[in-house]
Amino acid sequence: MAKITFPIGPQHPALKEPESFKITAEGECVVDVDIRLGYVHRSIEAACLARNYVQGQYVCERICGICSHIHSNTFARAVEDLLQLEVPARAKYLRVLVAELERIHSHLLWLGVAAHEVGFDTLFMYVWRDREVVQDLLEMITGNRVHYGFTTIGGTKFDLTPQMADKCTEGLMVLRERTEYYKQVATTESSFLKRVEGVGVLTEQQARELGAVGPTARASNVPYDARWVFPYDAYPELDYQPITSDLGDVLGRTIVRVLETFQAIDICEEVLRRLPEGDIQVRAKPRVPEGETVARCEAPRGEVFYYIRSNGTDKPARVKVRTPSLANWPATIAMLEGAYVADAPIIIASIDPCMSCTDR
Amino acid sequence: MLDKIAGWALRKSPWVCHFNGGSCNACDIEIVAALMPRFDLERFGILLQGSPRHADVLICTGPITHQIRDRIIRVYEQAPEPKFVVAVGSCGTSGRPFCGKGAYSVMEGVDSIIPVHMYVPGCPPRPDAITYAVLKLLSTLDPKLADVLAEFEKSIPGIETMVQEGEPVAG
Repeated sequence: MAKITFPIGPQHPALKEPESFKITAEGECVVDVDIRLGYVHRSIEAACLARNYVQGQYVCERICGICSHIHSNTFARAVEDLLQLEVPARAKYLRVLVAELERIHSHLLWLGVAAHEVGFDTLFMYVWRDREVVQDLLEMITGNRVHYGFTTIGGTKFDLTPQMADKCTEGLMVLRERTEYYKQVATTESSFLKRVEGVGVLTEQQARELGAVGPTARASNVPYDARWVFPYDAYPELDYQPITSDLGDVLGRTIVRVLETFQAIDICEEVLRRLPEGDIQVRAKPRVPEGETVARCEAPRGEVFYYIRSNGTDKPARVKVRTPSLANWPATIAMLEGAYVADAPIIIASIDPCMSCTDR
Repeated sequence: MLDKIAGWALRKSPWVCHFNGGSCNACDIEIVAALMPRFDLERFGILLQGSPRHADVLICTGPITHQIRDRIIRVYEQAPEPKFVVAVGSCGTSGRPFCGKGAYSVMEGVDSIIPVHMYVPGCPPRPDAITYAVLKLLSTLDPKLADVLAEFEKSIPGIETMVQEGEPVAG
């Protein structure tokens, strides 16, 4: 049969962000995929070099609008490492609280988008309605719905009052109940299962060889989670295990994300119970001593990696960001090869791609 | 006659097309959130469309990167007349914080390449503000929407300061 090559994107109804795929198909099957990246390249790494560390953190937060806290947190941790600052215990717990609330919002957002990609718009609307619960909690704690500006170099900017903690507990109870329902839908609803079962399979060996991270790797039974492999903030004191699945397909990735939402709710509740008293911030000097460092955090999509080299001034000499979506593209190509063309949107969506992270 | 029907359809059910011009996703998820049950932009007959050829209103986000520049001009040209552009986000209105010192691949907002009718600043703006901007744009076409607009302004004090009308001239 003749091979046909057709482009998808950068502006396409199935894609929410500008990205371009050149898919070669033989009949209904995909045989080759070529990805063209770079449409959202905003030269953030170069912009950081022209700004001081506080401004750099502000710009780095705007690498991604979905996992913004993780980016500012990782940047702050790298700079704290260079400054050899010890962050107060309360700030560490508060950072974990916001990071986990962000994970809940991101995973619910993904579940909605995935439901939309398989044509299950009712679930899409339901999930996004309930996502507003966690958005309200984040707005209450940090003052903004998306770019929180919560972490600062040396601690956090805002404190959690007892009234806020009570509201958080109430909101988390609502979320737990609703997530229970979504778990049931995602694992038993036959119209959803037919679109995701056995689709976009990534074996454990492939996941390891192609360097997949985050839920994409964990759904292929690779128990890699930066929160427990390289514990940071308050995670060493929180005893949880990475959630894995051995299915390796889109269903596996759905289950991993839904179970991680439960785990994030558990972590939030434990953080609210164990939140230590004390300061939330220590003073940081604007000039950072010479040196280089790396920091890793587990974003909702996988591991975020920052490298910062300092030359002793108030501006960094090099900032390098490696984001989870970029690490997952090779795995996506492996998943797409051999799949049906009609399944391409859900397979691409299943790694939770974030082009603004990828291109920076 | 045909113009009359087209004008009526535009007023009663404007279709919007969302185009990401290099934004960080924050404005984009707030636009989707504005269309979802809580803020419910769809109650005004607004429908999100994938293709610019079906769209009356283009909602553009992002500072416009050099890579996406030609695409966004092509998308704008594909949309049929009359067309309106809403620029969402601080970067969509001015290019900040991405443009400026050190940045080599971004332009200064949507209006540097295509005419913009309504600006919604904020990083990111609240879904309320996006809803209000679209509603205000529509009320210039359909005077009957003035009541809805007044009610909206009453329910959220200060919302009228969150958007800015533009003077659409090609950049």
